[in-house]
Amino acid sequence: MIRSNMRIIVCIKQVPDTNEFKIDLETGIMIREGLPCVMNPDDKNALEEALRLKDEYNAEVIALTMGPLQAKDVLKEAMAMGADEVILINDLSFAGSDSLATAAILAAAIERIGHYDMILCGMQAMDGNTGQTGPQLAELLNIPQITYLKELNIIDNTVTATKWTESEKYTFKLNMPVLLTVNNELNDPRIPTMMGVMKAYDEAGEKKIKVWGANDLDIDIEQVGIKGSVTNIYESCLTHINRVSTIIEGEDEKEMAKSLAMKLSELNLI
Amino acid sequence: MKSVKVNQNNLNDYSDIWVIGELNDGKIHPVTVELIGKGKELINNLTGKKLNVIIIGYGVQNSAEKLLHYGVDKVLYVEHNLLKSFNTDYYVKAITDLIEDRKPEIVMMGSTYTMKDIGPRIAARLGTGLISDCTELEIDSSDGKLIQTKVSFGGNLLSSAICPNNRPQMVTVKPGVMNKAERSEEASGKIELVIPKLSENDTRLNLILKEVLEKKQVNLDKAKIVVSGGRGLKEAAGFDLIRELAEVLNGEVGASRVPIEAGWIDSSHQVGQTGVTVKPDLYIACGISGAIQHQAGMYQSKYIVAINKDPNAPIFKICDYGIVGDLYEVIPQLIESIKEKRMF
Repeated sequence: MIRSNMRIIVCIKQVPDTNEFKIDLETGIMIREGLPCVMNPDDKNALEEALRLKDEYNAEVIALTMGPLQAKDVLKEAMAMGADEVILINDLSFAGSDSLATAAILAAAIERIGHYDMILCGMQAMDGNTGQTGPQLAELLNIPQITYLKELNIIDNTVTATKWTESEKYTFKLNMPVLLTVNNELNDPRIPTMMGVMKAYDEAGEKKIKVWGANDLDIDIEQVGIKGSVTNIYESCLTHINRVSTIIEGEDEKEMAKSLAMKLSELNLI
Repeated sequence: MKSVKVNQNNLNDYSDIWVIGELNDGKIHPVTVELIGKGKELINNLTGKKLNVIIIGYGVQNSAEKLLHYGVDKVLYVEHNLLKSFNTDYYVKAITDLIEDRKPEIVMMGSTYTMKDIGPRIAARLGTGLISDCTELEIDSSDGKLIQTKVSFGGNLLSSAICPNNRPQMVTVKPGVMNKAERSEEASGKIELVIPKLSENDTRLNLILKEVLEKKQVNLDKAKIVVSGGRGLKEAAGFDLIRELAEVLNGEVGASRVPIEAGWIDSSHQVGQTGVTVKPDLYIACGISGAIQHQAGMYQSKYIVAINKDPNAPIFKICDYGIVGDLYEVIPQLIESIKEKRMF
């Protein structure tokens, strides 16, 4: 059964490209200037999934981001890939919001958008790595969620979704609206077509970007931004200054292997 | 708009440290015992607080009793037939209701897919803060607040956060990072059965299939972890060991030129100038000397580990961590250490 008029909102975030992260070798300080910004990788997979549903069911795809004016770049990229409508949430009072405050702002914007059937989000942003915004948005909108989506089928208003954990696979059936979070295992994002790029990056493309500020949303600004957030950054420092080769010493292989495993888990690698 | 944050004036009503335990087929997840270990450490820096473990499920009394051997003050087991299988809606409601009722000051969970699914939702429902994927936790001696530290920006930034004005302070902690609490032969502490108020109307999810997962399919260029073998393997059978390590890490298998040319493994696994360029978070080079052609395909990896017999191998100059030793001795020990940290 083919559904018409399905409406999908994709939440995307512009992040610094951490693969291009550079350190000043003399001072050990992170070089921020010229650090390129990209669409968060998991979010691109979320957008691809929405566009796949657009191809299949003629769904309408709305890309939503919050950030500085520079974040228009990711919206243009989303348009070039095939998003129908793009919205930037931009207000100085929103800066410094933690994940819960961000979810609250996105929820307010989605309420303003009005009707929707599905929200797609990346599982995790590669800058902050909180992985919380998706589930918190679902909670604030009071809709069900499926995280770590691996398979998706839609019949009428019903979604059949398979999610993974480390060791198990669950398939749930549920009615829309629903929020889904995805990562790069789900699909391979499309490359924008030449036509798509031309349309997105010309003057008409720029004009298509809607910009909403605090006054456009039903939101209590006391509850968002750096002051309104429930969590605060206490301190930050750089970890990986330079590749310093450390040879792991130990009595025997067992001891060396053990300290290596310890180091790797301290670094969040295993 | 509904109010998101709950500004609380009654922070002193919140006490005790909770560990939300995790079970898998009745077995206690190692991260639960690690969190208990950390919880005991935190409690030493706080006066008058208790350490409780919460487990949820159906028929979990046995597991609750097992947890009494780790020196906690109380184990609460939340039982309901609707909690038999994972369900976001039921799990979130059961845990949130219990938190609202008992008011813990700190709630710790493992950074597993299950807890990362429900943790943020619970925090949002309570209107409090959650810091995810922490690798270090400590109590600020000046005001008793929990300082939560994590790695972000692709492993480049270490940042600490606090949740000053809301309770509980919630955190998910990476498995394998904290030291496990020691098991004692004798059981201690109290045990309490909690029956949550749940009905089928509380969920919108209908579970139609639950399966045990076999190995994930990941491509070499997308893999977060790559384990590669080289000349030092000496024979095709050496890749069995490389595969085993890759499997334990949920990573992919790579190779340098020599094994490909010797026919020990298919050329699709080749990393280097000829072959695939990889940029995983972790690259483990086993028995690979590190010729410049190989380096070209992997030097952008976030972290590089080298295992090689020859202390003068060039790979040791570009690695983060190196072990000089026989890979046939080191890798089995490494597999065992990782399993101890991560697996059931």
